[in-house]
Amino acid sequence: MVSFERFTLDNGLRVLVHEDPTTPMAVLNILYDVGARDENPDQTGFAHLFEHLMFGGSINIPSYDEPLQRVGGENNAFTSNDITNYYITLPAVNLETAFWLESDRMLSLAFSEKSLEVQRNVVSEEFKQRYLNQPYGDVWLKLRPLAYKDHPYKWATIGKSLKHIEDATIDDVKAFFKKHYNPANAIMVVGGDVQLEEVKRLSEKWFGNIPAIGKSQRNLPAELPQTEARIETVKANVPLDAIYKVFHMPARTDAGYYSADLISDILSRGNSSRLFRNLLKDQKLFSDINAYLTGSLDAGLFVVEGKPLPGISMETAEAAIWAELDRVKSELVSEQELTKVKNKMESTMVFSEMSLLDKAMNLAYFELLGDADQLNSETGKYLAVSAEEIQKQAQSIFRKENSSTLYYLAN
Amino acid sequence: MIDRTVAPSFGQVENIELLKARPIVLGNGLKVFSIAGGEQDLVRIEFIFENIAYTALKPLQAYATNTMLNDGTSELSSSEIADKIDYYGAFLQTDFSNDQSSVTLYSLNKHLSATLPIVKAVISDSIFPQVELDTFIRNQKQKLSVNLEKNDFLSRKIFNSVLFGNTLYGYDTRAEDYDKLTRDQLQEYFSMAYQPENCTVVISGKVTDAALTLIDQLFGASWKGGKVISPNSFNFYRGSGQEHYVEKPEALQSAIRLGKVSINRAHSDFPGFQVLNTILGGYFGSRLMANIREDKGYTYGIGSALVSMKNAGYFFIASEVGAEVCSSAIDEIHKEIEILKTQEVSGQELGLVRNYMLGSMLGGLENAMSHADKFKNIYFSGLGYDYYQNYIKTVKTITPQELLALAKKYLDWAELEKVIVGKKS
Repeated sequence: MVSFERFTLDNGLRVLVHEDPTTPMAVLNILYDVGARDENPDQTGFAHLFEHLMFGGSINIPSYDEPLQRVGGENNAFTSNDITNYYITLPAVNLETAFWLESDRMLSLAFSEKSLEVQRNVVSEEFKQRYLNQPYGDVWLKLRPLAYKDHPYKWATIGKSLKHIEDATIDDVKAFFKKHYNPANAIMVVGGDVQLEEVKRLSEKWFGNIPAIGKSQRNLPAELPQTEARIETVKANVPLDAIYKVFHMPARTDAGYYSADLISDILSRGNSSRLFRNLLKDQKLFSDINAYLTGSLDAGLFVVEGKPLPGISMETAEAAIWAELDRVKSELVSEQELTKVKNKMESTMVFSEMSLLDKAMNLAYFELLGDADQLNSETGKYLAVSAEEIQKQAQSIFRKENSSTLYYLAN
Repeated sequence: MIDRTVAPSFGQVENIELLKARPIVLGNGLKVFSIAGGEQDLVRIEFIFENIAYTALKPLQAYATNTMLNDGTSELSSSEIADKIDYYGAFLQTDFSNDQSSVTLYSLNKHLSATLPIVKAVISDSIFPQVELDTFIRNQKQKLSVNLEKNDFLSRKIFNSVLFGNTLYGYDTRAEDYDKLTRDQLQEYFSMAYQPENCTVVISGKVTDAALTLIDQLFGASWKGGKVISPNSFNFYRGSGQEHYVEKPEALQSAIRLGKVSINRAHSDFPGFQVLNTILGGYFGSRLMANIREDKGYTYGIGSALVSMKNAGYFFIASEVGAEVCSSAIDEIHKEIEILKTQEVSGQELGLVRNYMLGSMLGGLENAMSHADKFKNIYFSGLGYDYYQNYIKTVKTITPQELLALAKKYLDWAELEKVIVGKKS
């Protein structure tokens, strides 16, 4: 159970406060409701590049990191296809420094040309390090456009190509800031050894006079239902063949999300899971096999990926994956197995409450989903899923015409 | 109106309270340490075994034994072990490091009486079935073939081998060594190493009396050992600071790893060297990051670290940089080291690093498990809690002159081994 209080400033900034007196630390987490899905198709990778620029100095404070480190704090951020999330942890006695820094960069950035030039290079190196200079690193650069034809999930957070990042200009940066970085588009969570009244006072003091700008309306093209199986084959300098199979599945806020998540656990969570047990251990077809969800806000993907052992043909490997998926469709999962994945889910939720930062991030994310209090009913939603719902969900997801398959073959 | 150009006032961290480990000795001599704290009704229980009897003839023996512990006992198959652990929402993991082999259970307290007996079986009655060993060998070789395509992985492997030679610390994993593994080797190592005399148990979280009673029942007098143990002991030659270059013509980036054998935690210079390392490459605002990432844009990340092991410590700097700027990046690293050795750090910068390190230490004590990690750091280095008092005092009081002297003593560019995998510009 993660308790919290909530208030909203006149300019539209939502603030959640989670008091946890067991720690001497404080967390300030700000989620901006903007991600790679909000990018222009000709300027992909921009939300993430912009995240880097948020550390390049703000209108009144030339360096973001230096004053924070000086008070014993640390920070980082991440960008996904859906959101951009910034967080600070610091000794609670120095909480006001976090308010000072975060409010100034919400007010306005410095928009330094030097920062843009350097961060274009840094992000290009990140692109190379994570996507181009790694075996199988570019898989998602290929899978996304295969699975999505309409929705902007068809490009990865890092962007479609290095060129989009290299072409970014300071005017683009300013326009992006103006559109997305304002109080009504943000959710702030303050947690740890903090008091509600003090957080209210500091929020008014530092964020209260940031001008309100209406929340930008999102109007993304919905992905049209897929009607036939898609297949792509690539060859690359990798040591092993690999297969990636993705299916469209319900959005994060859809009731069907929970049964789909449990299906991925039945297939792939822990050493007792079906793919590991049957395909890797017993049938000895794969050296590595996993299933998971992208978990995105709009309709996401159910992913199965594996590396067949040498001598195992792609046809055999793929047939074995289908046999496992078909089994979830044709047979009701046993009470024992369903209880197992639910128990694991329940204990995972308890473990996640041991981290202050995790709690703060989760509160912000669930507030974005609609109501932070839903974080506390999450376990109950998993526990309520029936074997019949799992079967029905599997039947709806695991259809050939709903699948995209990437064969990633060794040269 | 508030003046946003003025930073709010702030304070330095004054007190850092550590939850101290409570020692308990069981009937068979097994050492148990309990670190109790937290609201969530769960515990982490670690069974930590010293690595022993290393021989270059069987380099994977200890690692394979540890990794295959959950692959079957005389009573339970690997799938039965997995089923039980997963059914109770627990996590059972094995971890192999240079000095130790561990088995760690994360469990809700309410299920401990079902999950802990599985750990007992695993550490006292594993049988290493041949069919599981075959699977292990096959899959490990596949994973290795993928890792060998990663420049960063290769650079680490070469670096360890250059520094630590023909010892466990320096072992350079080869596919053919997997083929040489046999059940006999694993059973031999299992019976030598996995006994109470070679084990330390650390329990952290919401530790209840019931949990301690259960530990005593399962791992106390009923767990027999008694075999002679020969702990690993390694010596290392001073390297000659050479360049070790592996060319990858297709590389977009080069992995760089520079470093040398150095002091470990038991040495009185260790805390001061950690301050020095933080300034150089130990945090986001470090000189290496400020120069090579934030000024030049040569890399996504660069860092340095001082690592403490039982028989040695080592210092290293690592990054992946654009292939076309590889030589420039190395030149800049060299410059930063020379500056550390010739110029005193300013009061401004040192003040920042002091506060950063104290805040970071405080923030690193999030729950009983992180307090347990702090305990393990000192316990396995043969140190007491006064180490942390001394560490905090050093961070608060070390002078620019002392840092300059440490840089001269420990950071000789000519002595650093320089591993580069990728392309030099």
